[in-house]
Amino acid sequence: MARITLAQLAHSYLKAPSGPADYALKRMDHEWEDGGAYALLGPSGCGKTTLLNIISGLLRPSEGRIAFDGRDVTDLPTAERNIAQVFQFPVVYDTMTVFDNLAFPLRNRGAEEDYVRRRVGAVAEMIGMTDALGRKAQGLTADAKQKISLGRGMVREDVNAILFDEPLTVIDPHMKWELRTQLKALHREFGHTMIYVTHDQTEALTFADKVVVMHDGQVVQMGAPEELFARPAHTFVGFFIGSPGMNVLPARVAGAQAWIGEHVIPLAGDHAPQERAEIGVRPEFVRLAGPDEGIPVVVRRVEDIGRHQIVRAEHAGREVNMLAPEGQAVPLGEARFAFDPEAVNVYVDGWRVPARDEKETAR
Amino acid sequence: MNKTVNQRAWFLVLPVLLLVGFSAVVPLMTVVNYSVQDTFGNNQFFWAGLEWFEEMLASERLHNAFLRQLAFSAIILAIEVPLGVFVALNMPKRGVWASVCLVLMALPLLIPWNVVGTIWQIFGRVDIGLLGYALSALGIDYNYTQDPIDAWITIIVMDVWHWTSLVVLLAYAGLRSIPDAYYQAAKIDQASRWKVFRYIELPKMRGVLLIAVLLRFMDSFMIYTEPFVVTGGGPGNATTLLSIDLVKMAIGQFDLGPAAAFSIIYFLVILLLSWVFYTVMTNLDAQESRK
Repeated sequence: MARITLAQLAHSYLKAPSGPADYALKRMDHEWEDGGAYALLGPSGCGKTTLLNIISGLLRPSEGRIAFDGRDVTDLPTAERNIAQVFQFPVVYDTMTVFDNLAFPLRNRGAEEDYVRRRVGAVAEMIGMTDALGRKAQGLTADAKQKISLGRGMVREDVNAILFDEPLTVIDPHMKWELRTQLKALHREFGHTMIYVTHDQTEALTFADKVVVMHDGQVVQMGAPEELFARPAHTFVGFFIGSPGMNVLPARVAGAQAWIGEHVIPLAGDHAPQERAEIGVRPEFVRLAGPDEGIPVVVRRVEDIGRHQIVRAEHAGREVNMLAPEGQAVPLGEARFAFDPEAVNVYVDGWRVPARDEKETAR
Repeated sequence: MNKTVNQRAWFLVLPVLLLVGFSAVVPLMTVVNYSVQDTFGNNQFFWAGLEWFEEMLASERLHNAFLRQLAFSAIILAIEVPLGVFVALNMPKRGVWASVCLVLMALPLLIPWNVVGTIWQIFGRVDIGLLGYALSALGIDYNYTQDPIDAWITIIVMDVWHWTSLVVLLAYAGLRSIPDAYYQAAKIDQASRWKVFRYIELPKMRGVLLIAVLLRFMDSFMIYTEPFVVTGGGPGNATTLLSIDLVKMAIGQFDLGPAAAFSIIYFLVILLLSWVFYTVMTNLDAQESRK
């Protein structure tokens, strides 16, 4: 298990990148803790798989270094990095039995047969496949195969990190829950450093201690799920995480107030004056307001999704959503929305600006 | 649900039945007809019963041709399948060169049998052929018209040249269907090159390789044109394979009765061997899926 350091790391698939647009991965510096569970979250094409392949050594970064526990591994091939990877589509060796599949990485490294038997037995128990050890891997279901892939990763005791590349894509929904829970439990018990790539926010938020949100080749925020929810560092994070995403409205900011047009929005903290800012507020912190507060909106649609209702409205042509408790009557047509001042974030050029009296949180 | 009974559907099958009747059943029956009769010319036939069959089954000539045929098929399979797999493994996977290689590979398959035979017949000649001349210039005593071994080497190399591409193309298709993740996983598991082949590539190629073996076996077992053009079955009877022998008997000597019996035995042997292959293949598949 290892601490992973990315120093000045950047990657371009082009031979001579000329501008930032040519980089699949823009320069980044990160330190990922030993034993942490990290999720790389972002839409397709944001660079998360590139980053994963750089960590696993399938791809050599065009710039910068990568180190495991302080040891530079940038030039080491995959096999020598001692990592494990679980792929999107289950990779098992069809002609081998489950036992031989699990034993494969150990035997390739010349382990004693006694040790192999002990390890495979232990791992089979972890992933709950003790009964299937003698079976051929070929006829198994996708989730069983994915468990074998995971088992092959964990069978080496000294593995530096286990990487997951959207491992639940081909798994049935009801099995997803089980596998995710099992993964979480395994992480808690054995403390492997785990890096999990996904575009599914639920997967990322339930699995990881730290979620690394990526957008356009950049890490836009790295933090615990609560942080991403309460203080998205970038409007993209606000949009991408949460369902529906954060409401973002252009505003003017000065002191503890923001103006959307002529409507005043109270803020919790004190802000430097900004003419061209945006305010972001999650639908969870929007409520119906009286005639003298908030902003006027036109309610277009109310979606009842069981636990609560999503109220879809518009203000000056921009979508504003509100989560209303179940049972609250929300009439269509004109209404006013007010925001909880504590939950209003201020953004300039897409990035969050903390209030002057707020303690700077690490991004 | 009630199904309506409509016997008129038979009319739809009729054209096929007629076609098969005229193209396969009638000629086959002619052969069967010849095989049980004898003639002394003038289109007069006498009932001969199973005499020709007995004679053919006991004939040393046929036994020898059969053994030569088996040896030929076995040798070309033993060369073409591993060689084809080896070439497929080393072909570029993407880019311009992949296309170039594919075209080059497909070329021999597009040349008619007759032409392939002629090419090699000339290529191997000691007086004017590039290969034959070069070999004798190097001091190697090579002459496919006089030395049985040289004749065999020539027709085998010719068949390998002509048909290895088929195995290559099939194996290549099998290899291309393997997702990259398998190779990446193998790297991570520190599998050696041999293990990657044994546990990833070979299992994925199994299906196409069985087809390749079946196709190459049947084709080589029935081969006629190329060796006939090159060696004419000689020197002596050294390269007289089954079909060459059959043609000699039927058209050269005009022994219609024995040749017909020979044909039927030949046909049954191919049928039997194909059935064995098919059964083995389907059984293997069934076994795999049961596990």
